[in-house]
Amino acid sequence: MNTAEAKKRYRVHPWKSVALFLLTAVVLLYGVVYPNLSVAINSFQRDGAWTLANYREILSQRIVLEAIISSLGLSIATVFFCALVGVPLAFLFERFTFPGRRLFAALAALPLVLPPLVGTVAFIFLAGETGILAHGIQNLLGLQNPPWRLRGWPALILFHVYTMYPFFYVLTGAGLRRIDASLAEAARSLGASKITVLRRVLLPQLTPSLVAAALLTFMTSMASFSAPLLFGGDVRMLTLEIFRARQRGDFGIAITETVILAVISLGALIFFQRYEGTRRFAAAAMKGAPRRRASIASGTARVLATILAVVFAIVLVLPVATLFLVSFAAEGSWTTQTLPAAYTFANYQRLFGDPYASEVFFNSVTMSAIAAVAALLWSFAIVTLLRRGKNTPNFFGEGWRRLLSLLVLVPWALPGTVVAVSVAEAYGGPSLLLGSFILVGTFWILPVVYFLRFMPLVVRALQASMEQLDSTLEEAAGSLGARAWQRFTRVTLPLVWPGALAGTLLAFVIALGEYVASVLVFVPANRPISIAIASELRDFNLGAAAAYGVVLIVIISISMIVAGRLERLRG
Amino acid sequence: MSFLSLNAISRTFGTTHAVDNVSLDVNQGEFFGLLGPSGCGKTTTLRMIAGLEKPDTGSIIFQNQDITNLPPERRGFGMVFQNYALFPHLNVFENVAFGLRARHKSKDEMNERVNSALDLVQLPGYGKRAVDELSGGQQQRVAIARAIAIEPALLLFDEPLSNLDVSLRESTRSELRELVTRLGLTAVYVTHDQEEAFALCDRISVMVGGKLMQTGRPRELYEQPSEISVASFLGRNNLIKAMRLSSSKTSSGEFKTLEGGHTLHLPVKHEDLAPLNQPIYLAIRPEHVELSTNNNGAENSLRGNIREIVFAGATSTVRVDANGLLLEALVLRTEGLEPNQSCNVILSPNHLTLLKN
Repeated sequence: MNTAEAKKRYRVHPWKSVALFLLTAVVLLYGVVYPNLSVAINSFQRDGAWTLANYREILSQRIVLEAIISSLGLSIATVFFCALVGVPLAFLFERFTFPGRRLFAALAALPLVLPPLVGTVAFIFLAGETGILAHGIQNLLGLQNPPWRLRGWPALILFHVYTMYPFFYVLTGAGLRRIDASLAEAARSLGASKITVLRRVLLPQLTPSLVAAALLTFMTSMASFSAPLLFGGDVRMLTLEIFRARQRGDFGIAITETVILAVISLGALIFFQRYEGTRRFAAAAMKGAPRRRASIASGTARVLATILAVVFAIVLVLPVATLFLVSFAAEGSWTTQTLPAAYTFANYQRLFGDPYASEVFFNSVTMSAIAAVAALLWSFAIVTLLRRGKNTPNFFGEGWRRLLSLLVLVPWALPGTVVAVSVAEAYGGPSLLLGSFILVGTFWILPVVYFLRFMPLVVRALQASMEQLDSTLEEAAGSLGARAWQRFTRVTLPLVWPGALAGTLLAFVIALGEYVASVLVFVPANRPISIAIASELRDFNLGAAAAYGVVLIVIISISMIVAGRLERLRG
Repeated sequence: MSFLSLNAISRTFGTTHAVDNVSLDVNQGEFFGLLGPSGCGKTTTLRMIAGLEKPDTGSIIFQNQDITNLPPERRGFGMVFQNYALFPHLNVFENVAFGLRARHKSKDEMNERVNSALDLVQLPGYGKRAVDELSGGQQQRVAIARAIAIEPALLLFDEPLSNLDVSLRESTRSELRELVTRLGLTAVYVTHDQEEAFALCDRISVMVGGKLMQTGRPRELYEQPSEISVASFLGRNNLIKAMRLSSSKTSSGEFKTLEGGHTLHLPVKHEDLAPLNQPIYLAIRPEHVELSTNNNGAENSLRGNIREIVFAGATSTVRVDANGLLLEALVLRTEGLEPNQSCNVILSPNHLTLLKN
C-alpha cells in the first residue's frame, strides 16, 4: 500500500483506514477465502496426498456427469422459457394500458418473495398429483388415477418459470422505462418500421437488462434445490447430488462436486458480465421524456389483453391461495377430495402453542436478525473502504479495491449449497484459523452462513444509496466545520439509512426462509423454519407445513412493505 | 505579508497536471477572481484553498500560518458550491445552522445568527421551508447564508451563479458583491464568465491549462494582456503575427507583419524586446481598430479592403482584408462603409500590445 498517497487524503486518517481494511480483510479471509480455498484444496487431496483421484472417480461415474449436464440443461431451458414468458409480458404491460393491467403489475413480482421451499410446497398442493387441480379433474371426470404426475423435467421447468420469470419481467420493464422515447421516434422519423425499431433500437438498448435477467435466472436455477428435492424425480441436479453425497458420508465426492458447481457458477458470472460490457448504452445516462403507455385501440385486442392479465394474475396468486387454504385444513380431511373437507385453526394453534413448534420461529428470527444486523454494520465498513471518488479514503491501490469487491460478491455468486459445504468443510474440525474451536455443530454455524450468503445484498443496497449521495454534501459539511464523525452521523447516515435498511430487511426475510444451506449444516439447537416445514411435509402434516409457510409469507410481506416505504422515503 | 498566499502549488490527477506551479496572493478585504476556461484548474485551486484537495507540492499560507495540511473543517472558510450542496434532509434553518451546531453554539446565539444570515440574503422567515421547495435563486441564497453564518475568515465561491438564468444572474451578482463588501469579507471567486469576473472582482488571476497566466485588475487584463492565451480568452482580439525589424535599442519598436508585410510601430520597453528573428504576436481589440475612408497620415495606417459588415444592434463588426492580414473592427456607425470598398485601417500604437509567447 502507498502510504505517501494516504497522507495526501484528508478524509480518513490512515490508521482508521488501516483498521477498516483489517476488519474487512479478516471477515473476507475467514468467510470467503479460507473456506473456498480449503474446499478447492481438499478436492485435490486424498489421505493427505495431492491427487486427481476425486475428479477421476466422479467423472467416471455416469451419475455425476448426468448431474452436471442436467443442471446446465435445466438452467439454460429455464433462462429460455423465462425470457419467453417475461419479456413479452413486460412489453405488453409496460407499453400499453388496458383494464386489468394494474392488477397483474401489482402481483407480477410475487414469486420473487416466496421462499423457494414454500413455493415448492405450495406448488405441490396446487399442481401435484394429489393437489387441488389434479384431484379436481380426477373427480370431475371420474378417473381411476390422477391425470398427471408432477415429476421430472416438465415439473421443474414449470416451477422454475413460475418462480424466476419475474427476473425478466421486472428487469425488462425497468429497461423499457429507462429508454428515451425520442430514440424510437427518431428512428421512425428516419423511416424505420415498427419491427425495425424493435430490432435495431429497442432490443439493443435492452441488452443490459436482458443479460442481467439471464444471469440472475441462470444462477438461481443452478442453485435450485427444493424443487429438485421434492419433485425432481429422476432429474439429477448437482445441488441435490452434493446433499446426497454428504448424507451418505461421501465427503470427498461432495467436495469435488461442490467445486464443479462453484466453477460453473463463477464461469457463468464472468461470461455474462463480459458480454454485458461489450456494448455502449449512451441513452441510459441521458435525460429524456419517458414514453407514455399507449391505449390499445382495437376492441378485440383490448379484451384479449384484459383476459390475459386476469388469467396471469390468478395463476400468480393460486399457489399462495392454495397454501393459505391448506393451512386451515383439519388433519386427515384432505385425502381424495378436491378441496379439504374440514377447516380448523388447530394448525396455527399448534404452531404457536407447542414450544417445540414455535421454537423454530424464535431460531429463524434470531439467526436472521443476527446475520442481517452484522451484514449492515459490515456493509458500512466495506462500502466506506470501496467508495470511489477523488476524496475518499484510498490508501490502498485500485487492485486491492477490485479484489475486495470481487470477494464480497463471491458468496452471492455461489449457490447456497457451495457456501454451506465450504464453511462446513473449513470449520468442521480443528482449523488453521479457528484453532480447536469447531464451528460446525454449534448454534453459530447458521448465522455465519446466512451472513455470508446475504451480506452482498446489503453491501449492494448501501453502495447504491452511497452512489446517489452527492459527494459535495460531505465536502460542504467539512467546509462548515464538521469533523469526520459529525459528517457521517449528520449528513451521510441520514441520507443513506433508508436504502441500507431496506437492503437489510431484504437480507433478513431471505434468511428467514433459507433452506438450501440450512439443510446441510443445521443442528437441533438452531432448527430453522424451513427444516420444520420439510419435516412436517415428510410426516404428511400438510396443514402444519402450510401454516408455517403462511406465517413466513406474512412476515415477509410486512417486511417488504416496510422496505418499499423506506425505498420511497429515499427517493 | 498578504492575507492568503499560494506558493507554487501543483496538483496532478493521473497524468494530467490540473494545477501547475500556481502562486498568487490575496489581500485582506479583496474580492479575488480565478478566471479561465473549463478544465483550466481554477476549481481545483479553489478546492485546495478550501482543503478539499491537497496540493502535491507547494504550500498555502493563511495569515502567516501554513494551512497546507489542515483539514477543511479546521480552516473556518465558508464555501458556496456550484450545485449549492444544500442538505436535502434538513430544512433551511438547519442548513444554515449546520456549521454553528458543529461549533456547539448556544441555542440563542444560533437562532440569532441564522436569522440574521437569512435576513442578509433576503430570505427572512424561510427557516421552516424544505430546501426542495425553494427556487434555484432562493437555494443559492441559502447556500450563501450557510457560508456566512459561520463568520468565515475567507469566503470561497465555486461558480455559484452558473445554475441561475441570465436575468437572475445579474441581479444576484450585484447583491453578492454588495453583501461581501458590507460584511468586510475576503472572497475568492471562481468563474469561467469574464463579464461576471470583471463586474465582481477587484483583482483576477487568469488560468489556462493549469497554469496561472496573468494577475491584475480587470481593466489591466483586458487592455494589457501579457500572454497570447489571456488576450484570446478575454474577449475578441486581433492577433497579428510579426517579426521585430530594427535592432536599435530605442524606445520605439518596429515590426513587420508576417501576413500583409506591413510595418507597425509601437512603444516597447527595452526589457520586453523579443530576439530579432523570432515571430511574436501583437494584439489590438476590435473596438480600438479605426476605419477611415481618407488617408489622414496617421501612424500605423494600413490600406485594406472591406470584406464583410455584420450588423449586431448597437455595434457592427467590419472585417477588413489588408493585403492578406485579416482584421476585425468594432464600429458604432457604418455610414459610408460598403463591402468591397477600400479603406484605411488604423492600428493606434497606444492600443497595440506586445504579447509574451
